[in-house]
Amino acid sequence: MAQEMFYYQALNRALDEEMAADDSVFILGEDVGLYGGSYRVTEGLYARYGEWRVRDTPISEGSFTGLGVGAALIDMRPVVEIMTVNFALLALDAIINMAAKIPFMSGGQFPMPLVVRMPGGVARQLAAQHSQRLEHTLMNVPGLRIAVPATVQDAWWQLKQAIRSEEPIIMLEHELLYFSKGELDETADAIPMHRAVVRRPGEDITIIGYSRMALLAEEAAALLAESGISAEVIDLRSLRPIDWATCIASVQKTHHCLVVEEDCVFAGAGAEVAAKLAEACFYELDAPVQRHGALDIPTPYNRSLEIASIPTAESIAEAARRLVAEPPAAGDEK
Amino acid sequence: MDRFMLHAMLQDMLLARSFEERAAREYTEGNIAGFLHLYPGEEAVAVGVLHAAESSDYVVSTYREHVHALVRGIPARSIMAELFGRRDGCCRGMGGSMHLFDRERRFMGGYAIVGETFPVAVGLAYATAMRSQPEAVICFFGDGAVNQGTFHESLNMAALWNLPVLFVCENNHYQIGTEIHRHSAVSDVFKRACGYRIPAEKINGMDVLRVYEATQSALQRIREGAGPQFLEMETYRFRGHSMADAGNYRPQVEVEAYRRMDPLSIVEKAEQPLYPSAENIASAGPDTINGFSEHLRAEQLINADEIEQMKQQVEQTVEDAVDFARRSPEPGMEEALAALDCNRGQEVLI
Ligand SMILES: Cc1ncc(C[n+]2csc(CCOP(=O)(O)OP(=O)(O)O)c2C)c(N)n1
Ligand SMILES: [Mg+2]
Repeated sequence: MAQEMFYYQALNRALDEEMAADDSVFILGEDVGLYGGSYRVTEGLYARYGEWRVRDTPISEGSFTGLGVGAALIDMRPVVEIMTVNFALLALDAIINMAAKIPFMSGGQFPMPLVVRMPGGVARQLAAQHSQRLEHTLMNVPGLRIAVPATVQDAWWQLKQAIRSEEPIIMLEHELLYFSKGELDETADAIPMHRAVVRRPGEDITIIGYSRMALLAEEAAALLAESGISAEVIDLRSLRPIDWATCIASVQKTHHCLVVEEDCVFAGAGAEVAAKLAEACFYELDAPVQRHGALDIPTPYNRSLEIASIPTAESIAEAARRLVAEPPAAGDEK
Repeated sequence: MDRFMLHAMLQDMLLARSFEERAAREYTEGNIAGFLHLYPGEEAVAVGVLHAAESSDYVVSTYREHVHALVRGIPARSIMAELFGRRDGCCRGMGGSMHLFDRERRFMGGYAIVGETFPVAVGLAYATAMRSQPEAVICFFGDGAVNQGTFHESLNMAALWNLPVLFVCENNHYQIGTEIHRHSAVSDVFKRACGYRIPAEKINGMDVLRVYEATQSALQRIREGAGPQFLEMETYRFRGHSMADAGNYRPQVEVEAYRRMDPLSIVEKAEQPLYPSAENIASAGPDTINGFSEHLRAEQLINADEIEQMKQQVEQTVEDAVDFARRSPEPGMEEALAALDCNRGQEVLI
């Protein structure tokens, strides 16, 4: 039976269920316990599972993420919450040099059942140090897997799948999604963790997005429908690995492809998607694959500038219209 | 200390309180957004420390830095305009509440990633020492920040190279919702400095005169070449961590106890802070002095009229700041891009 709930509640439920099922699962991070988590994701868990399994940490991102790595080496299943992606910059050594590499360097002796969750993205006027997107950095690291759930259902599924996996997994959760509502159906068959889904079928153009941008792409598709353009929207759900088959099948049908990301276009996630699809679908495309993303600038505090620096449903629709109407010449940064 | 100086300190404390409470109101009314971390309760620290410093000393602060900036002399107008995200803000609306900078006043920034102030301060001090300049660097940080690696790495370098840094811990006992005994194995923060042979002291941060004196002697030692110094200021924030936090994880009795030590005591504003409630405060009974203004009155260094006058002046300054912020235009994208490329000059890149 489907049940309506907030995104944060779906994550909370996933944690609760996995903790109940397996006592090697434990959570650590700043204010995850007594306080209940900055975005309420761990609400109630401290009372239920106690301080050893829901650990409030000092502000020591590098070391408590490293602690997660250490515990994972001997079969614990740590779920590290880094308060926001911006602070994960301080934990990159643990994530990139250790979590991603130990299974490999040890010649396969050690699994790494570590999950690192981090809210991120452009929320509302949090300014340049608190509005970052880190997917480009993490995507380039062999040994990591990256999930980017956009919906309530995916938040629940993907977190559960991540906790059960033996590999290190980063969950990037957009800060503006925590209080979005959606349906959770616990009885639905789970699709593989990294498979992309077609959120809306269409004929004229494929719009590929992830996380919050996948939802905006759906809104854009509705706008495009009004002007007679039928857009197919793909939610990647994962940035490493990427489900190319779903993307390629769509582009072969629509012959146009727009990749949308909230991150800066230059060397961003969209660059990888666009390059791969250009390689794979060159002879199927009626126009070069286009990228639409953030301006190449740190996020300004001022609200109007902040909005103008990242894609909106309207700007996505506009970019799609231009792409279908005529092949654009140069890279389209918003 | 002369009367003029004492008055200036009281005036700054009043301004600090009034400015922050007004910022809270503007936030609730939607004129300010994002994370807004306010300072009520901690005024004695910023005021005591910065009045003891020279205007040529450098200041590095965190995201809870409006008052440091105000006391440093950045006009209330340009701080308020920054909080509003406007073009006339001290950072042209690009930085906002957590990132105030003012090159001219040597206000070297508000840093929002906890632990960033340490290495920046050490770098400023390194440059100063290298050129044998007399300035010191004042590095503000919270009790939560001392568990970041940069704290330890920076204290070590500062001591190793005898750098002119004054480390000022604003110990308000909380790292958002985590109380100090739950985040630090050693809760006497000043003791942490001993491991790096940096002279350190715990000071009552609710007492502006103690803060002033301690800072003055620490700065003097620094200027005499004694190297880095460390002051732990015990203080308390009356509000939540930021406007997004009600602060209700704190025991009522604790809040009331610190309320009674309000460094401003009798100059409590008509607009009560959101937290604690007016009832909480009433139940704590009348303020039991300790407030700076009470002290000055008792010593007959100020009278009620003068305090009243000061309050009015401060109100006016804050009103004017809000007015100014409201009227200031929004910055354009070309200004944002110019800020990004501010150091490009005529350099040809490709
Ligand atoms: C590296 C990093 N981790 C986490 C945060 C989120 N955060 C912002 S303020 C804060 C608490 C800081 O406490 P403290 O240093 O005591 O300063 P206070 O806010 O009490 O003045 C936290 C955890 C951050 N900004 N940076
Ligand atoms: Mg604190």
